[in-house]
Amino acid sequence: MTKRLLTGNEAIAYGAWEAGVDFASAYPGTPSSEILANIAKFKDIRSEWAPNEKVSLEAAIGASIAGVRSICAMKHVGVNVAADPLFTFSYMGVNGGMVLISADEPGQHSSQNEQDNRWYAVSAKLPMFEPSNSQECRDMLFASYELSEKYDAPVLMRLTTRICHSKSIVECGDRKTVPAKPYKKDVQKNLMVPQMARQRRVVVEKRMNDLAEYSENNPFNYIEKATVKTKKGERVGVLASGTCYHFAKEVFGDAVAFLKLGYTNPLPNNLLDKFMKEVDTLYIVEENDPYLENWVKARGYKCKGKDTFPPYGEMTADVLRGALTGKQLPQIDYDKSLLVPRPPTLCAGCPHRGFFYELSKRKKIAISGDIGCYTLGFAPPYNAMDTCLCMGGAFSVAHGMQLAFDKSGQDIRAIGILGDSTFLHTGINSLMDIAYNGSKAISVILDNRITGMTGHQENPGSGKTLSGEVTPIINLKEVVKSFGFKHIFEIDPNDLKAVKKALDDALALDEASVIITVWPCPLKRMDKAEREQYGNPFTTKVKVDESKCISCKLCIRCGCPALSMNRKTNKAEVDFPQCVGCDVCVQICPKKAIEKETK
Amino acid sequence: MKNEKTKSILLVGVGGQGTILASKLLTIGLMQSGFDVKMSEIHGMSQRGGSVSSQVRYGEKVQSPVIELGGADILVSFEKMEGLRWLEYLRPDGEVVINDYQINPMPVVSGVADYSDKILDELKSKAKNIMIVDAFKAAVELGNPKVMNIVLLGSLVKKMKLEGMNWKEIIEKEVKKDFVELNQKAFEMGLKLV
Repeated sequence: MTKRLLTGNEAIAYGAWEAGVDFASAYPGTPSSEILANIAKFKDIRSEWAPNEKVSLEAAIGASIAGVRSICAMKHVGVNVAADPLFTFSYMGVNGGMVLISADEPGQHSSQNEQDNRWYAVSAKLPMFEPSNSQECRDMLFASYELSEKYDAPVLMRLTTRICHSKSIVECGDRKTVPAKPYKKDVQKNLMVPQMARQRRVVVEKRMNDLAEYSENNPFNYIEKATVKTKKGERVGVLASGTCYHFAKEVFGDAVAFLKLGYTNPLPNNLLDKFMKEVDTLYIVEENDPYLENWVKARGYKCKGKDTFPPYGEMTADVLRGALTGKQLPQIDYDKSLLVPRPPTLCAGCPHRGFFYELSKRKKIAISGDIGCYTLGFAPPYNAMDTCLCMGGAFSVAHGMQLAFDKSGQDIRAIGILGDSTFLHTGINSLMDIAYNGSKAISVILDNRITGMTGHQENPGSGKTLSGEVTPIINLKEVVKSFGFKHIFEIDPNDLKAVKKALDDALALDEASVIITVWPCPLKRMDKAEREQYGNPFTTKVKVDESKCISCKLCIRCGCPALSMNRKTNKAEVDFPQCVGCDVCVQICPKKAIEKETK
Repeated sequence: MKNEKTKSILLVGVGGQGTILASKLLTIGLMQSGFDVKMSEIHGMSQRGGSVSSQVRYGEKVQSPVIELGGADILVSFEKMEGLRWLEYLRPDGEVVINDYQINPMPVVSGVADYSDKILDELKSKAKNIMIVDAFKAAVELGNPKVMNIVLLGSLVKKMKLEGMNWKEIIEKEVKKDFVELNQKAFEMGLKLV
């Protein structure tokens, strides 16, 4: 065994490798993205980025049916996309063991909602694990595959942000040899038409009863007795799973007993009854929904849960301490009025900047955005987004808006905006809706040649696979053309004249059009060929000729973090380390005071 | 109720400043010294020029990977205003290592807010143990402003009295080959600044 300091995501990768997993697939999404990136480092495992979560799960299911162990990882909202195959695969059961990792986001650090995916385990009838640290990620994943094959069930493992992105020490071992199970055609099990599915429904029910037994007797559900006596003699107990166990342990210490659950569907009724015999007051510490609390109450016990702790956000030690005592640890009091907020911004050289700069000047439009770096187009100075809902929704939402605007006589043009990876995820279906049902909504694909926000993962349009192999590039323009759109404008977003003309033309038309902007993200790792294709970009700088600058501040309106007004001279100023020479500001300056730096 | 033995180090800065690498090296050093270690950081949207933090906790047995308000023993800030922003996480008797370096947040860049020149004074008057480091100057002297993070790591390690560890080797193992020497020099420079 080797000791390593690993994030939960890295520990999942080690665990998958050790458990003999042969196939892994995912669509990136914070906080789950690094799971597949780390699994891909193990060459024994075939690892892939799928176009979306549903596809990734289906591929992992296929691998399981064929007889090998497979894994699939996604963020919480990704499971919504993959829910269709998930529910039915639960009926089919596995051949090779299969585990789905759901990374939930209490506190919504980088997410649009705070849904609790433990309910998926209940409604899809899946066994579920909730690790509380990196070691448990590895250990429980290992156990998941044994369980999956023994009970003929896919396993849901629920992580949260602090599990995924916190490091702790993990003991890792070697890869276990798991021979593929021979494939046997079995339509009763694997072909879910109603007559078969009704049979499997019965099997699933029995399986969940068997798993209830497992829940009572496994190394991950256990009682920890209090080791320090309280003065009053009151017997206090805490029920917690996942990272909440460590948060609660930090605050309650060793003066209370713990019922620590690592396996949480089905829940261990007998173990709870046993625990409650030794406890006068029970606290339940859990993030998101009152999942454990509802169970405890249904068993007829009183408890302090969501009535004591906040119903949302993370249950970190300060939150728990505040809820229990009304006080935090002593803090330094200081003048917070000196602080200026530091919101995330589009990076210097971001190809979305030129497009949003021009778009922000337009009137009588409603902009339907999507999930990605370009969502930051909502923020000042652009304020160029009205709505943002979910992955791939931009075009279909714009379609509905446009039809409603037209029908109700509101003179507003709907514009849908999403990125290349989001288009290939599910935006492609939304664009079909516009092509098929015909509205005059304008659709914009901001193609920056990579999946940006989640950390630069390859996608079916980027030309490389997860393992770095060269693969055909899906030609977005040809795809769009094949849908039957008559007006397609493919432009360089750093060319402001071209952006302006495309918007003018699209808005002048009384029918649908598609604008595709193409320029790589400045943070993308490009090979030589790609760098040459874009003329060796991001290698130049711009400078300000102060004698020409008239302090009009027009350039500031492009929102570049590398460009500001010097407080002393009141002239525009370029932050050299940040500037990558996209030249958007050069085109904005009416006095030609910003020039390309020539070396 | 707090486990007194667990120490908490909070590293803060602006996305892109390299807080993650600095805290990674720190945690490896702590693990090799025989401590239980946990670290927590937030990825995703805040990376794009936002305020970022890496939280490192070590001791005999660490529970929460997250530092609570008023819970940090040492606050290391890679940027001035971020030091002040996260000061509520410092224990009243905790120590501050602050990089005398300014990165303008977007509202300052776009001219709707001012970056106060009283930030350092406020920090000095409120934090009992504060050390101001010019890691930018040191990094520029080494020829690459990006190694500010490792200069600051050197200063932090000195402050934690852990300079006896084999940090040279840790850097050699964890940093890309071409940058090993530069980072080792930056680390040495940081040690000397304290």
